Amino acid sequence: MTFPKSLSYAKTHEWIEPLGGGSYRIGLTDYAQRALGDVVFVNLPEPGDALVEGEAFCDVESVKAVSDVFSPLTGTVAEINAALLDSPERINQDCYAAWLITARADAPGADWLDADAYAALAEAEAKTH
Amino acid sequence: MVDGLDRMGVPLVFERSVPGARTAMLPPLDVPEALPDDALLRAEPLPLPELAEGEVSRHYSALERRAFGVNNGFYPLGSCTMKYNPKLNEEMAALPGFTDIHPLQPVHTIQGCLAVMSRLDAILREITGMDAVSLQPAAGAHGEFAGVMMIKAYHERGGDGASRAKMIVPDSAHGTNPASAAMNGYTVVTIPSGADGCVDIAALRQAVGPDTAGLMLTNPNTLGLFDPNVAEITRIVHGAGGLCYYDGANLNAIMGITRPGDMGFDVAHLNLHKTFSTPHGGGGPGGAALCCKAFLSGYLPKPMVADSDGALSLDDDRPLSVGKVGAFYGNFLVCVRALCYLLSLGGDGVALAASNAVLNANYLMRKLASPDDIAYWDGDSPRARAHEFVLSMKKMKSETGVSALDLAKGLLDKGIHPPTMYFPLIVDEALMFEPTETESRATLDAAAEAFLDMVRQARDDPESLRAAPRSTPVRRPDEVRAARNPILRYQG
Amino acid sequence: MSSYIPNPQAVQQDMLRFIGLSDISGLYSGIPDALRRAPPSLPDGMGELEVRRVVSGMAARNTIFPSVLRGAGAYRHYIPAVVKAVASKETFLTAYTPYQAEVSQGVLQAIFEYQTGVCALTGMDVSNASAYDGASAAAEAAAMCRDRKRSRTLIASTVNPRTIAAVAAYSRAAGTPLTILPAEKGLLDLDALRRAVGPDVASVIVQSPNYYGLIEDWRASADICHGAGVKLIAACNPIALALYKTPGERGADVAVGEGQPLGMPLSFGGPYLGFMACAKGLTRQMPGRIVGETLDADGRRCYVLTLQAREQHIRREKASSSVCSNEALCALTASAYMAAMGPHGMRQAAEQCHAKARYAADALAEAGFALRYASPFFHEFLTECPADPDALMSRLEGEGILGGLPTDGGILWCVTEMNERGEIDRAAAICGEVRRHG
Repeated sequence: MTFPKSLSYAKTHEWIEPLGGGSYRIGLTDYAQRALGDVVFVNLPEPGDALVEGEAFCDVESVKAVSDVFSPLTGTVAEINAALLDSPERINQDCYAAWLITARADAPGADWLDADAYAALAEAEAKTH
Repeated sequence: MVDGLDRMGVPLVFERSVPGARTAMLPPLDVPEALPDDALLRAEPLPLPELAEGEVSRHYSALERRAFGVNNGFYPLGSCTMKYNPKLNEEMAALPGFTDIHPLQPVHTIQGCLAVMSRLDAILREITGMDAVSLQPAAGAHGEFAGVMMIKAYHERGGDGASRAKMIVPDSAHGTNPASAAMNGYTVVTIPSGADGCVDIAALRQAVGPDTAGLMLTNPNTLGLFDPNVAEITRIVHGAGGLCYYDGANLNAIMGITRPGDMGFDVAHLNLHKTFSTPHGGGGPGGAALCCKAFLSGYLPKPMVADSDGALSLDDDRPLSVGKVGAFYGNFLVCVRALCYLLSLGGDGVALAASNAVLNANYLMRKLASPDDIAYWDGDSPRARAHEFVLSMKKMKSETGVSALDLAKGLLDKGIHPPTMYFPLIVDEALMFEPTETESRATLDAAAEAFLDMVRQARDDPESLRAAPRSTPVRRPDEVRAARNPILRYQG
Repeated sequence: MSSYIPNPQAVQQDMLRFIGLSDISGLYSGIPDALRRAPPSLPDGMGELEVRRVVSGMAARNTIFPSVLRGAGAYRHYIPAVVKAVASKETFLTAYTPYQAEVSQGVLQAIFEYQTGVCALTGMDVSNASAYDGASAAAEAAAMCRDRKRSRTLIASTVNPRTIAAVAAYSRAAGTPLTILPAEKGLLDLDALRRAVGPDVASVIVQSPNYYGLIEDWRASADICHGAGVKLIAACNPIALALYKTPGERGADVAVGEGQPLGMPLSFGGPYLGFMACAKGLTRQMPGRIVGETLDADGRRCYVLTLQAREQHIRREKASSSVCSNEALCALTASAYMAAMGPHGMRQAAEQCHAKARYAADALAEAGFALRYASPFFHEFLTECPADPDALMSRLEGEGILGGLPTDGGILWCVTEMNERGEIDRAAAICGEVRRHG
């Protein structure tokens, strides 16, 4: 599993890339995409939707399961990555390029992790599942 | 299971089309021709296949050979109660005195249909310990939806409809339960199962309150366990002002032995297509009987069959009713079949069918499982399962890499329909077996041998199982491909 | 008595011993004594011959009308022999839902063909594998069109009242508002529709031919809807679709209908078949099972249940519908009907329905039963009733004719390819007589 140093991570397995000026890009981590298996569809929110840290804002479908994706911050949805609607497999192919949304928020999340801390968490979770 | 020819695939009926081919079905028009205005007519001719009757007939025979019904072999699909479908019932359901009856005929010309419904209704009241029955729902989930509507209407009439916004559902429930509750606008509160696989009473006590609309419970549950605390469970919910819904999906284990009405349930549905032997038709039509206690009877869907000194009628004047969940009176021909079945069994027969379903399930479980592999196995003094049981293949998977899915696919090569896979969701690598009472000991013995043979194979030659099945017309369809780029119709 | 149990008592005893029990009540040790009871007090079980006598006796108490001039949501059409033969094939009849694709290709392919047929009839992109019946399909369609911002459903008062009732019940359950739109001369009042399509409106349901048999203007409805961000649900009759413009051609977003005319007998109201089809963009909102084409491990074309993550067994309380069992065998019947009739046979049936209905309307008008509405109709029409409807119906019944349905102070007649000229003439003559002499 790879976890780029330049990104921040939520314990609920989302990566966050601060874009400056209160903007953030959000996607699923390598651990998350492996755990999900072959992604077949992504239910994205709409621009303007409110985001609450720790609450689901989107869900991701595999053939036999649907999994909530939780917001790592409190704010609003700015853009969605509509390309995923036609090619959800991008999440499995390159989860760090296949962002889900960009968001605007007044502050970063309270307990985001850096790459090393998240890697430790992900490896621990991988062992128990 | 199939011959070599069938492995070649069957062309779609559209691909068999030969322009100009047809079979004369109708006589020439015997009144003056009269076409609608051109502006109203469809632009293109109907893109349907053109075939002579013999080609149509052969096409479906080819498709039938690529299907698997209860007569093709053992079908222990858990939660589905795949019992034998008696032939007499089909003949009775095909009587013109039933099939040629318009649903809006005058009441004196439909006394036979109403008698079927009324007689079935009386038998089901006795079996469930309930006071009133509607046969309108077309399937179990439809019954759940309508039953939860009744609970909602009851609370609304009681004045606390708005505050009672939560429906409690155990995590072992079928997905239809929370979905039916949500269709009624309820917030679903999922309570975890206890270590014994049954409702965790402490969790239930915590979950109930003035916002509780009700509880939906399947008993015996999807692990095949009868919840011994059921009377306490319904008391707790009633104590909080909620109502109790009984999902009758597993009634086959206990019919004639104990009754949902006596357990404290207020509303229940029974699946006619599981418990009462009506065939499942490759996914439907099913049929459901929605049963309730007297204090809720006014809320049942309308119309209801009314009996005035033997003169039967349809009563549509029911102001409290939740209304209509379908156009007419339910899947009537399914009701005819269920009635035939119940008339054949009688009171003793109903109890005997249930106890033999339970006997067969426990016999098969002992034959094929080592205690380690059985989910919620409780040590040296195992509780009897009801009509079904769940094995967890988690240990086998971690030791051999062979999954529950691989085992299921392996069974296909032995002419056995696999058990239900990966349900209930609370059991890892679940395989859920429901043999039903209509299987012989010889069939159970052979199935157990086949299954154990595969478990050995999983240890000796795991690769071979991961490549199963080999003898079927197709092998392991690519479901990811199907879902990512849906092709949902033939486009030439 | 027969419980269809293959194990004689001695074998049951052996099996009990094998699992360590001495008698069968031990199987129920988990059930508290207070809940156990004696077998139900029902009559003793019957042998097959006795069941046959009892149930045949019930069937004999119904009246089969040799001539049916009543529809109103259930229609008598010719069912080709091959359709009945296909629908009663044992394996199709007794299979469960095709969860194991490897041994269910026959069922899956049949449903895929059904979906293709429904798309052909409706002109839509995507069909599901069936819903319970036409009325509940309309209710499910209304639900699939709702979103967070738009929850209201509009429905034309000219829709079949049983469909309106089901949509109303489903809407009440969901806690979403429903508005019934008024009619003008038997057709949806388009001005009322124009006024009603507010920002909270999700969809409008318009049936054509409508309850009175009249052809509604789906195109005008679609234009009004789409201008306001509202979806059009077209409720349709599958036989009429062989002849008339389709929901797809007219711009509908969802098409639903009662599939019973496609090879299913009247059967006192069920089992019937709800069909549902939609534009491609709404695929994910569609409730119920859907079959898709894919490839197997060896690259062979095959079929599977797909897009299952929409459904209750995975999405649970977040699913848009709880539907699980559907009407698969009825869908297979409909598919066999479409194949057996073919495009020419279906068109011929539709043309005959229309021509005979026109003929009957003229004959009835001559007998003094004037048409109430002037608009074009398919195979149903509403006439005035210048006689006591009860007296009329019993006179017709005496002649073996199920007359039209007394509706709105008039009579709603239905004529299909099954009605011969002679019976139409006879019915009209009786009507004339009753009008003149009571």
